Amino acid sequence: MRKTCLDQVYELAKKDERIFFIGSDLGFETLKEFKKEMPGRFFVEGVAEANLVSMAAGLAMEGKIVYANTIATFLSRRCFEQIVLDMGLHDTNVRLIANGGGLVYAPLGPTHLAIDDIAILRAVPNMTIVAPCDAEEMKRLMPLTVDHDGPMYIRLAKGGDPVVSTGSIPFAIGKALPIREGKDVLIVTTGITLRMALQAADVLKLEGIEAAILHMPTIKPLDIQTLLHYVSQVPGVVTVEEHTIIGGLGSAVLEAVAEADFGAAKRFKRIGIPDVFADHYGSQDDLMSYYGIDIQHICSAAKQLHSFRVKTSV
Amino acid sequence: MMSKDLHNLSTPLDARSKLLRQKIVNVFKYSRRGHVGAAFSLVEILRVLYDEILHFDPKNPHWNKRDRCILSKGHGCLALYALLAEKGFFDPKEMERFCLFDGILGGHPEHRVPGVEASTGSLGHGLSLGLGMALGCRYDKSPGRTFVIVGDGECNEGSIWEAAMCAGKHKLEQLTVIVDYNKHQSYSTTLEVQDMEPFADKWSAFGFAAREVDGHDVVALKEVLNKVPLEPGKPTAIIAHTIKGKGVSFVENNLKWHHKNKVTDEEIRSLLKELEV
Repeated sequence: MRKTCLDQVYELAKKDERIFFIGSDLGFETLKEFKKEMPGRFFVEGVAEANLVSMAAGLAMEGKIVYANTIATFLSRRCFEQIVLDMGLHDTNVRLIANGGGLVYAPLGPTHLAIDDIAILRAVPNMTIVAPCDAEEMKRLMPLTVDHDGPMYIRLAKGGDPVVSTGSIPFAIGKALPIREGKDVLIVTTGITLRMALQAADVLKLEGIEAAILHMPTIKPLDIQTLLHYVSQVPGVVTVEEHTIIGGLGSAVLEAVAEADFGAAKRFKRIGIPDVFADHYGSQDDLMSYYGIDIQHICSAAKQLHSFRVKTSV
Repeated sequence: MMSKDLHNLSTPLDARSKLLRQKIVNVFKYSRRGHVGAAFSLVEILRVLYDEILHFDPKNPHWNKRDRCILSKGHGCLALYALLAEKGFFDPKEMERFCLFDGILGGHPEHRVPGVEASTGSLGHGLSLGLGMALGCRYDKSPGRTFVIVGDGECNEGSIWEAAMCAGKHKLEQLTVIVDYNKHQSYSTTLEVQDMEPFADKWSAFGFAAREVDGHDVVALKEVLNKVPLEPGKPTAIIAHTIKGKGVSFVENNLKWHHKNKVTDEEIRSLLKELEV
């Protein structure tokens, strides 16, 4: 997904002279063709992320569309004020490309785990937050980022993630994608959690539970209209995210549903990272399982919500 | 580098400098508050920039060939507002609504105000923003130059030196930083809080052509600013030695006037008396 994203920046830049790229201290030869062919619009500015974000905003104030890339935590945590003021307050066309959203850097420990980036950036006015599920969805997203108005945070997954998106529904920034219909429970996903939701829905079907899936590659602005339509069809909702359960997708969905005018209360389960720092290494999948962000836990949460409905309806 | 004793600044203020300060003081009749010391130390820097150096069009504040001027030490905004109002960027009557609910001029400058390039106030942002603007102008082959005014206390921020490193690397001669070196920050003197010396040498070490100047001497300021870039292929750093609160004896170097609340009628009278032309 990362390669696809950066390749897209290169392809888009070839066609649009407004596009600039700034990296911090990226991997050897990252975007070397971009550097070679469009050196005036390619910058690598070292381990100085605060300057990188503000400099990107300054370029954007001159009419440029600036893609700025480094590790997610170094953007969302270290540069929070630069993001709030120079991107958010000035409403600049800077697109942060955030490597390693979630638990991707599991072996590298808590300094590199972007478990709170969505929560942090949701609080920034004007910010758009997107987390595609795979490289194909990234390909559909990137051309739309060029003329998008205002700042944007693009959350990258690990790379080489299985392709589960089909593109059968037109992709639009700010729009939820209804992936599967079902009347018993709704599973809401963002980023790579769509994959496990699809597999969980298959398992649930074998057990007689029809799960709907709503995929939300845009977390902010949240497509509340589509969300509430799907929530209205079911008694319970499971949100699944590779992020702390505080302030991310689950919180955003809960806020929207809690303020909606549903006659009966909806049952809810947020699946995500609990309010802790990682105390293990291993792989991304290891930590996902450790925190219960997996097919098994989605299924058990869905069944629990469903059994509650069965019980109360008797 | 120093052409005169910059630690003994006794430059008298001319009528224009006094009148600009009067405009700042008159704001206190309405707001009763403001960063007085920081604004007074800046007046000559901004006056020379807007009177003599910058190319701009108040009727078209976003004219793409303009020179960009960012007041990174946003708390000095009263001096900037006085100049922008005078040049016609907005109605001078806006000064009377400083910090009021429905005013456009707040305690730190906002980019939605005509003539204000960037919203500043949190220190350490303006130089990076200006760096980006200057790089954009250079790419576009625009004649627009970028001037960023930073405070001495502001230079405690690491981001200032990240930006300086980057500007030096890019040999960005379109960028000029002017340090309002009044030797005081909020708590105490810069010497006590965080000594920045050797200040000019620091900028030189980061790839800037650095000069020191009396920041209240309009002739000296004009002379050096007319020469930027001071060296081809280098950004410029002008260390303007100033006095916090310059122009009023009981405000000069008096940290009680760094940010003043509840300014009284008596204080306003005293301020204006010392600023009589």
